[in-house]
Amino acid sequence: MNHWIIAPVVLPAVLGAATVLAGSLSHSPSLHRTWPRAITLLGSLALLGVALLLLAQASAGPPQVYRLGDWPAPFGIVLVLDRLSALMLVLTAILGVIGLMQVIATGADRRGAHFHALWLFQLMGLNGAFLTGDAFNLFVFFEVMLIASYGLMVHGAGGERLRAGLHYVAVNLVGSSLFLIALAMVYGVTGTLNMADLAVKVPALPEGDFALIRVAAVLMVMVFALKGALVPLQFWLPGTYAHAPGVVAALFAVLTKVGVYAAIRAGTLMFPAEAPAIGPILTDLLWPAALVTLLLGAAAVPGARTLARLAAFAAMSSTGLAFVAVAGFAAEGLTAGLYYVIHSTLASALLFLIADLCILRGAERLDGSTPRLPGRLAVLFFASAIASAGLPPLSGFLGKLLILEAGIDEAALLYPVVLGGSFLLVVGFARAGSALFWRAGGELAPPLPARTYLAPAALVLLMAALTIWAGPVTGWLAETAAAVTDPAAYITANALETLP
Amino acid sequence: MEYLVASAIGLMTATGVYLILRRRTFPVVLGLTFLSHAVNLFIFSSGRLKMAAPPIVGRVAEPSDPLPQALVLTAIVISFGMTAVIVLMAVGARFGTGDDRVAPEREAP
Repeated sequence: MNHWIIAPVVLPAVLGAATVLAGSLSHSPSLHRTWPRAITLLGSLALLGVALLLLAQASAGPPQVYRLGDWPAPFGIVLVLDRLSALMLVLTAILGVIGLMQVIATGADRRGAHFHALWLFQLMGLNGAFLTGDAFNLFVFFEVMLIASYGLMVHGAGGERLRAGLHYVAVNLVGSSLFLIALAMVYGVTGTLNMADLAVKVPALPEGDFALIRVAAVLMVMVFALKGALVPLQFWLPGTYAHAPGVVAALFAVLTKVGVYAAIRAGTLMFPAEAPAIGPILTDLLWPAALVTLLLGAAAVPGARTLARLAAFAAMSSTGLAFVAVAGFAAEGLTAGLYYVIHSTLASALLFLIADLCILRGAERLDGSTPRLPGRLAVLFFASAIASAGLPPLSGFLGKLLILEAGIDEAALLYPVVLGGSFLLVVGFARAGSALFWRAGGELAPPLPARTYLAPAALVLLMAALTIWAGPVTGWLAETAAAVTDPAAYITANALETLP
Repeated sequence: MEYLVASAIGLMTATGVYLILRRRTFPVVLGLTFLSHAVNLFIFSSGRLKMAAPPIVGRVAEPSDPLPQALVLTAIVISFGMTAVIVLMAVGARFGTGDDRVAPEREAP
């Protein structure tokens, strides 16, 4: 067995505990702060290295399985490394490193205790959710990810932000209950929770079980849609993201993408439309909801009164578009959707980081009453507006083009919504930019230290690279989408055993 | 037995949903607890309801399924931890803002 596969889960778990120890063992105040930072930085870089190694391994060969405790699937829990999970691991690791750069540059970790431990546990939950090949284990990693995100969201806060956090926790607890109900129904009907085993057993179900498994599949995808903030389950997102610290919201950009990832696994592996028990119901539900999400998020952007809420609505709209692309669970749409997932994760993170920098300089409200901001911030905001609205020359444009091309059959409905949404985003960003940088009449805000521009600049460079090498990337993603839509290799890798 | 378990699950879910929709945090937390208990019972029943059947192969002719019991255990631990988190946050919000309403004052869109 390839033991590197479990490293993205074990490494942050051990280091997260180590940061707490290091923080409490060192007596001098400066070391007290430096040690956790050093451990988390090294850990994030190591995670990036491991993720890249796994990506290289996954793209070279078939999916690999890691049996926890060496119990054979489907009796034990397995982690499965395939191209899709490796891609999401790399995306998370990149965001982890860049986010941490900004945490250290702005000192966001000094506002409360144990920031780094929460950060690492968040990465652990994300990595685990992307790697696991077991539906119940997916639930467990969702909870790890969520409990860390509760801590990060209210980090260093009291009062009003705790109350906003309360909404987020309550909504997600209800979501977890629904997830458990869905899992229990799946287990009751099929007798298994291993994803590959489900892929074998769900298509073979007798007709009497169709209704039960269909309800379970829809409930489960509903939970993923809740994570991805699809209409009508989107109400938690704006308040949560706008109240979270900027750097944390940047990491949360990948949290909504967990919903997209899990929906892909559900629609292609566990509950494929080809199975007579399921049929096209998942696509029929997800696609319209995603279109409405895209449009609603975009329509709220011009009306947002603070920069953080604007960023939250833009993130919601971009997740909606990613769901539009993958909802068909066909290879072409998945290729476009995955490209857009990469782009929109980077773009949302960039927008949250810039919103955070503006707020640090006292420019939060978009009504022209804010202090004048330094020019470099304006350049970065311009780049992030281009990226988020999907204009050339950055990768958002290519992503939208790919999605439009993949959805040519649905052009009558898809094109007006996507293009109209983009138009609303352009209007919203133009309004926000002119309010922040042109109409601002106050004193000139003191300049920000140069180090705070490093992380946003790195994100812009990454998006530029994603545009320049769009050919090779989409080629790789097309192979990934082909592998995802044909789960035979995934099932073979699990080497399922049956009871004697 | 089926009627008893099914009606218990249904009643607890209904109570939980009703309480979650209340305006103060304390009923909401109680409602979440009710809901998680209902879910635990539901998971338990997914392994089929059997009387006097230990989950050990070889003791009785038809042992009960041990997996849902393990799943319930995991679910109980997780929901207990989550309840602790939400209680702490509710208490923090109560003393930070001076009241324990769930919805904040109307804020700007």
